[in-house]
Amino acid sequence: MKRLGPRIEEKAARIGLWALTLITVSVLLFIIFFILRRGLPVLNLKFLTANPADMGKSGGIFSTVVGTVALTVLAVVIAAPLGVGTAIYLTEYTWGGPVTRIIRFGAECLAGIPSIIFGLFGFILFVTKLKFGWSILSGGLTLAFMLLPTIIRTSEEAIKSVPPAYRNVSFSLGSTKWQTVTRVVLPSALPGIITGIVLSIGRSIGETAATIFTAGSALRMPTSLFSSTRTMSVHFYILAREGISMPNAYGTAAILIIAILAINLLTYYLMNRFIKKYS
Amino acid sequence: MTNGNAIEVRGFSQYFGEVRKLDAIDLDVKRNEILGIIGPARSGKSTFLCALNRLNDLVRGSRHEGAIRIDGRDIYDPGVDVVALRRQLGMVFATPVPLPRSIFENVAFGARRAGLRGRARLDSIVRDSLEKGGLWEEVKDRLDTSGLKLSGGQQQRLCLARILAVAPEFILLDEPTSGLDPISTMKIEESLRRLKKEYTIILVTNNTKQAARVADRTAFFLSGELIEIGTTAKIFTAPDDARTDGYLRGRFG
Repeated sequence: MKRLGPRIEEKAARIGLWALTLITVSVLLFIIFFILRRGLPVLNLKFLTANPADMGKSGGIFSTVVGTVALTVLAVVIAAPLGVGTAIYLTEYTWGGPVTRIIRFGAECLAGIPSIIFGLFGFILFVTKLKFGWSILSGGLTLAFMLLPTIIRTSEEAIKSVPPAYRNVSFSLGSTKWQTVTRVVLPSALPGIITGIVLSIGRSIGETAATIFTAGSALRMPTSLFSSTRTMSVHFYILAREGISMPNAYGTAAILIIAILAINLLTYYLMNRFIKKYS
Repeated sequence: MTNGNAIEVRGFSQYFGEVRKLDAIDLDVKRNEILGIIGPARSGKSTFLCALNRLNDLVRGSRHEGAIRIDGRDIYDPGVDVVALRRQLGMVFATPVPLPRSIFENVAFGARRAGLRGRARLDSIVRDSLEKGGLWEEVKDRLDTSGLKLSGGQQQRLCLARILAVAPEFILLDEPTSGLDPISTMKIEESLRRLKKEYTIILVTNNTKQAARVADRTAFFLSGELIEIGTTAKIFTAPDDARTDGYLRGRFG
């Protein structure tokens, strides 16, 4: 086959890569457009603030918003310290020997397990064995386990990318290990760590399989950690699968997408301010 | 302290795993002198500095033989408080490394970690240190701006001021001007000449002329061995060892 001239090759590469990018962006925009076009018409303040009625056929989605927020907050509050702590230990307090590699390998395997398996595990351990029942507590704990690998992984990468010179400077100025970690390493790694946590917030908001088995699908307003609740994703799934109300299903989906977008934007805004302040 | 030696190094070898980076070094550092250490790349100069403040401890598989005594006490004794030791020996690295925080906070960093509190005390320490480091006039109106915004030469003087704020006895400099222009280099060298009245300084440099300019005595390292140490005048005009002579004439390195 005759080779193309470098100039044509260059041009072809540019156009090819541009086309690939265009396809990616189009798919994304199409999904958002599709959901919003069907969802936006039912959106109004009442949809957000009223509780579902008639199994979700009428009324709003307020209790599912509360349930989603409660589950996500609980999951992140548990998973973030555990994950970040593990990441700090693995990167700063070990030499990277066999034990570290086994822990890291374990975390990576955990990341590959389908969420429905986590759901089943959470159902057996928290719902039945520990008798938490279908509840925010069971769901939050299950989600936390599911998020751990991501948080560990992203935090580790963020901590590893802190220049080693910072540590040397800190130690040479008479800092202890802990001071070095908390005053030098973590502030520099924070943007990366936060990115990981935000990704996992998005994941837990969107999670369906793991929560339906552990938090249940009650539409009542949850009153405690032991209340069963229905997340927005589960609500969407049930409304759509059982054909209860497609408009309300898309309305829920639209809120989900808008919420995740808003969280991402807010985080990047805050992170940019943080980075500007410290560099 | 006996016979005026601030640091006594006796038969000191440093290993990283199986690799020996320093081979039975014997050397004394006198109080309030500037000791220059010259030698080609990978001759163990930086490893030697990091043996003095035990920064080598942070490297995996690090191991040593022999002794380093500061004020008569072996710094590798099990009872030694490493954090306190490192406060005693401030270190400036080859590339300026301001921490990603303000000029003020960079200088106050060590003092704060040592538990010092109170704005007034920190203010005066920061000012003193920046004055001694020869940077005060240039930054006094913008102590709140990030240390990363300074020029390379200013950053290195910031690093110098930062260690002075911890009130060390010794200043270790690891090729502090290797990335700097001649004027910034000159400013650092001026600071060093002033500082030796109060501090004992060990200056590792791959610029032999710099050792000739500022060091009272000079040591020549080669492949982890101390080849020769003596007054700078003697090392540069009539070295005992042919290898020293060869290095200074630019035959290798």
